[in-house]
Amino acid sequence: MDLITPDYGLFVWQVVVMIVLIFLLTKFAWKPVMKAVGEREASINDALDSAEKAKEEMANLKADNEKLLQQARAERDEMLKEAQDMKKSIISEATEDANEKAERILEKAQITIQSEKKQALFEIKSQVAELSVQIAETVVKKQLDDKKEQMALVNKMLDDVKLN
Amino acid sequence: MATHKSSKITVALMLMLILNSFASFAQLDTEGVVDESFNPTEMIMHHIGDSHGWHFFGEGEDSFTLPLPVILWTDEGIATFMSSEFHHDVEGEYVVDANGQKFVNYHEKIYVLNEGEELLKYDEEAHAALNANATFDISITKNVASMLLTVVLMFILFIGLANHYKKSKSAPKGFKNILETLVIFVRDEIARPQIGEKKFMKFMPFLLTVFFFIWITNLLGLLPGAANVTGNISVTVALGLFTLAIIIVNGSKDYWQHVFWMPGIPTAVKPILAIVEILGVFIKPIALMIRLFANITAGHIIILSLIGLIFILENAGVAFISVPFAVFITVLELLVAFLQAFIFTLLSALFIGMAVQEHEHH
Repeated sequence: MDLITPDYGLFVWQVVVMIVLIFLLTKFAWKPVMKAVGEREASINDALDSAEKAKEEMANLKADNEKLLQQARAERDEMLKEAQDMKKSIISEATEDANEKAERILEKAQITIQSEKKQALFEIKSQVAELSVQIAETVVKKQLDDKKEQMALVNKMLDDVKLN
Repeated sequence: MATHKSSKITVALMLMLILNSFASFAQLDTEGVVDESFNPTEMIMHHIGDSHGWHFFGEGEDSFTLPLPVILWTDEGIATFMSSEFHHDVEGEYVVDANGQKFVNYHEKIYVLNEGEELLKYDEEAHAALNANATFDISITKNVASMLLTVVLMFILFIGLANHYKKSKSAPKGFKNILETLVIFVRDEIARPQIGEKKFMKFMPFLLTVFFFIWITNLLGLLPGAANVTGNISVTVALGLFTLAIIIVNGSKDYWQHVFWMPGIPTAVKPILAIVEILGVFIKPIALMIRLFANITAGHIIILSLIGLIFILENAGVAFISVPFAVFITVLELLVAFLQAFIFTLLSALFIGMAVQEHEHH
């Protein structure tokens, strides 16, 4: 029966002990401990958050870089293409130009040749005429030495005139 | 080979020693004039009960007992003297004079003898002293001393832990880290889920104090020669009343409405339910008191019974069976020590949580 009969002295001591413990430990232990643990947890959470943020920023930065690189690549490709095009156009232009010039030169040459030819022909003609006159002169001079022959010629000429 | 032989000799010697000591013990038993036969109930009750001196070993005048102060509140003022003045007497035979009064210790209850009486007359049938009055005994008994030891330990441990944070913000190392983990355990596994995010901080000091007080006291109680503090009903009643007081002081308006006039049910049923609910307010802490007391006391009784078997059967050979069993139960009690502290704190938190909760009206 003693076992389950509360003993007042012990009860009073337990109450006193509990009040003292709660009061003193709250002041000197629980509050500082809870505060420090709470602060540490908050700082750990903050650190984790900021790490997460940094990671995100890093990813963003990487994406930006990638984008920039892509852009630069595209630009380079475009520039290359442009250069290629320009090269092609320059070549074709030059070719055309050269062709035109060559044609013009040929034309000019032809014209010159033609005119030269004409002149030459003209000169030849005039020289042939002179020569013919000289020849004729010589021939005539020679033939007129003989009376007969003079007569024959005159006749012949007359014949020609008649025939006409 | 030589070592093998010597170990065999050692075992044989040890066995002889055990049997010899037991033989002498048995002789003493049979030759004793007074009724010296082993009474297991008395032995167990003596061990789990409270006493005015802290007895470690030995019998009678030869025993090694730490004297503790006896403080008595009588009609004629406070009387104090050391428990050693009773000379280990618990049969009311040794009379101590103090404060002009005569005191006797009868089965760890201290009586003040009436004027002119020289010896206690006790009625065994009625369980009452015939010529003496009971005193209001606020002595530093074995249990109180053990309790104070826990208090000192807790101060050393937790103020030490708190001092760590004054020096550095980082987590402590070693034993202090274990303490911190336990504090966080009480916060995150007991207080926060049971009471709720908003209000749990207010009850943390009580829950932490109760948890560590019960656990450390339970563990100290498992040491040989230690007191059975948390297995004493007075202690658990005090602890349970703290929980009850906190519930009553902090109970929300909603809580009391649910206790006295439960909303949402027919009016005729309300008074009946009010009776049940009011009973419930008190039964909850009473369950806490009885659970802790019964669990710890039961553990002590089992261990003492197993050891007692050796003397009941008067055979040292039984020790080979009962000692390992007792060791096993002791290890189990290590778990129970934690478990009971945990359950007491958890249920206190649960009851407090129920009382402070703001119900949503459906």
